[in-house]
Amino acid sequence: MTNSNSENPKDLETFREEVSHWLKTNVPAQPDFLLPESFMEVGTDQQFEFLRNWQQKIYEAGYLGMAWPKEYGGGGMPQIYQDIATAEMARQRVPFVPNTIGLNWAGPLILHSGTEEEKRKYIKGILSAEDIWCQGFSEPDHGSDLGNAQCRAVRDGDEYVVNGSKIWTSLGSYAKYMILLARTSTGDDNKYAGLSFFLSPMHVDGIDPQPIKKLTSEYGFCQTHFVDARIPADCLMGKEGEGWQVAMTTLMFERGATGGQAGGMSFMDLNMGDVVELSRRARRNGKPAIRDPMIRDELVKLLIEDQGNRMMNVRARIPALVSERPTAIAMSGKLRGTELKRRFTQFALSMQGANGGRFVSPNAVDGGKWQRSYFNSFSATIGGGTSQIQKNIVGERVLGLPKS
Amino acid sequence: MTKTIEFSEEQIMLLDTAMDFCRTQSPISKVRAQLDVANGFDTDQWRAMVDLGWLGVAIPESHGGIGLGMADVVPIVECMGRQLMGSPFFASTLAGQALVHGGTEAQKSTWLPRIAAGTIVTLALQEESGDWDLRNLTATATQDGDQVTLSGKKTFVMDATVADLIIASVSLDGNAVLVCIESGMIPENQIVREVVIDETRRCYEVSLDGITVPVSAMFAHQCFGEIENAALLILSAEMAGGIAGVLNTILEYLNTRKQFDRLIGSYQALKHPAVDILLGLEATRSHVYHAATVYDEGDGKELEISLKMAKAAASEHFAFAGDRAIQFHGGFGFTFECDAQLYLRRALWSQYQYGDEKYHRQHLASLLLD
Repeated sequence: MTNSNSENPKDLETFREEVSHWLKTNVPAQPDFLLPESFMEVGTDQQFEFLRNWQQKIYEAGYLGMAWPKEYGGGGMPQIYQDIATAEMARQRVPFVPNTIGLNWAGPLILHSGTEEEKRKYIKGILSAEDIWCQGFSEPDHGSDLGNAQCRAVRDGDEYVVNGSKIWTSLGSYAKYMILLARTSTGDDNKYAGLSFFLSPMHVDGIDPQPIKKLTSEYGFCQTHFVDARIPADCLMGKEGEGWQVAMTTLMFERGATGGQAGGMSFMDLNMGDVVELSRRARRNGKPAIRDPMIRDELVKLLIEDQGNRMMNVRARIPALVSERPTAIAMSGKLRGTELKRRFTQFALSMQGANGGRFVSPNAVDGGKWQRSYFNSFSATIGGGTSQIQKNIVGERVLGLPKS
Repeated sequence: MTKTIEFSEEQIMLLDTAMDFCRTQSPISKVRAQLDVANGFDTDQWRAMVDLGWLGVAIPESHGGIGLGMADVVPIVECMGRQLMGSPFFASTLAGQALVHGGTEAQKSTWLPRIAAGTIVTLALQEESGDWDLRNLTATATQDGDQVTLSGKKTFVMDATVADLIIASVSLDGNAVLVCIESGMIPENQIVREVVIDETRRCYEVSLDGITVPVSAMFAHQCFGEIENAALLILSAEMAGGIAGVLNTILEYLNTRKQFDRLIGSYQALKHPAVDILLGLEATRSHVYHAATVYDEGDGKELEISLKMAKAAASEHFAFAGDRAIQFHGGFGFTFECDAQLYLRRALWSQYQYGDEKYHRQHLASLLLD
């Protein structure tokens, strides 16, 4: 990747205009169904096809994986171009690209630690959305305790035989591949040393992703069962017993603590601007809610917090201003962002007065997307390590407190 | 595009120097020793700060200063806050800014070079009502020819006994104005020490009754807005330092104290709020350095928003951190000997200076939502 400072600002501005124009011209019309808010909430074929087509279109236009190497299907350009394109997508609030696990976790991982063969086999399909990826880390009995994974993979000739089950596999029904953490050895005293990491195919006898009905009454996650599923031995990534390290590298990409992602947006988030806008429409005592002193104070509290998060991300890039605890901001990003989202969507319901009691339906405020968003916000405060686990991690790794 | 956060080479240098200086010069034992000293600070230490040029950082070169901006005072005052350092730096810097923005040319050329050289100057803005609205005044000035006679009482005048000049706010024909009073003009018995919650501070009640100053002592421009901005910036920066200091005090205890055979930091009931304090610190520092970045060139509204957000965040998070520091130290936390109380006192003192979080949120509501 080239240093962004070496780019001519004029060229960058021209490029931004080009992306902006392309997006305006090519963004698909609002469909007559409610689109999901993130890749974790793709619940119908209709939603999936819409979003997959959109990602394909963006990739073909050259605005995805722009900084990934050309020989594998990327654009081979400096990172700054992708950053500009992604920022423009966010600014115009176009639909998100659904292959998030491939684009942001599996892809960067393969480029970072994969073999030449793996890069040639997987990268292009990730970008074009031809090959959808899912993740098999969490298990039904071991939610946040990843190191305790019990799903077994036993070597048998040129294959591994997998038995067990994985849960919360977003896009599981649509995925062609899974990044899979499984136990290849049970003998060792160190539970981490028994883990191995696979780039596993999904379309194999004995692998069965079962959609889970969520608290929103929609679908979006699967529980994936493995019953004597035979996967090729060469889909092992690294060596047997290295699974924990590979998984940790993946989590670094997942938590956004490091660069390397393909770009594009994974979410189509409601934000604080939308909450303020809602407060102008909602009513309190015959007036817009935004006139109510209690509502105003709540809004301001949330806006201060939102701005604080934004400024933290800027400050994190200035070494002299984060020298005491350089990782504090990056390591707490998920905790801060997801908890704020949960609280402001919850607040958005209360602002609707009696209408807060409706759910996804034509009569609900904004079709019920606030209710859906509040419920779905828990997937982020729980998934990828609950907020409580995140606090342990920050407490122990950033503050140096003893293990719980 | 709107500026976010920038940090210059000068600021990096100032931060490094100040961190070193404050750590060496103001260990907690020194802070405690100063609690019982009448003036609350060490004159040698003060001289050292003056020699480093700190009192002149935000004073123009044309008036004997270094000619940097208030953004460069931020790292200095942040380090002082971290070590709970008590000195007239806050008062003198703020009064200096009042002169820079509102003083007559004569007042500036008389006082600014002296401030840069270590003369102490202070502001007398607060009154008995405790109202944060600086223009809501009962102290008055009556003009008679080229003389102005003052009356009324000012409160929370910092470092008044060591100041050579007090800049007081008074109401003249219903308008809030600022007036310079040289310390020689104030009878000694009209300056009375106040008992304040933060024992590292020295504050005095000053009666203006019977004091007469020439008309030329009045400010050219009644710069209440600029004073408030400067105060919010350095106060929030000092508080960010305070949160960092109290967090380290908490962590030290959590990592050494055992109960039921376990280090108490391993209990999530203590670990999780410690993380909340960390996140409050990170948010506050980010708001502060954003405000510092837009300070000298931000448009009025953007600057006001950033400063009020910084002070609201600082007030909320520092008060929380100070409060939890006492609780987490258990029985020891209830004693004077435990350093947690020093931070809690500082947190509350700072929270009630120039508006707490609720006050600023109310103003922010108008700025952000109307």
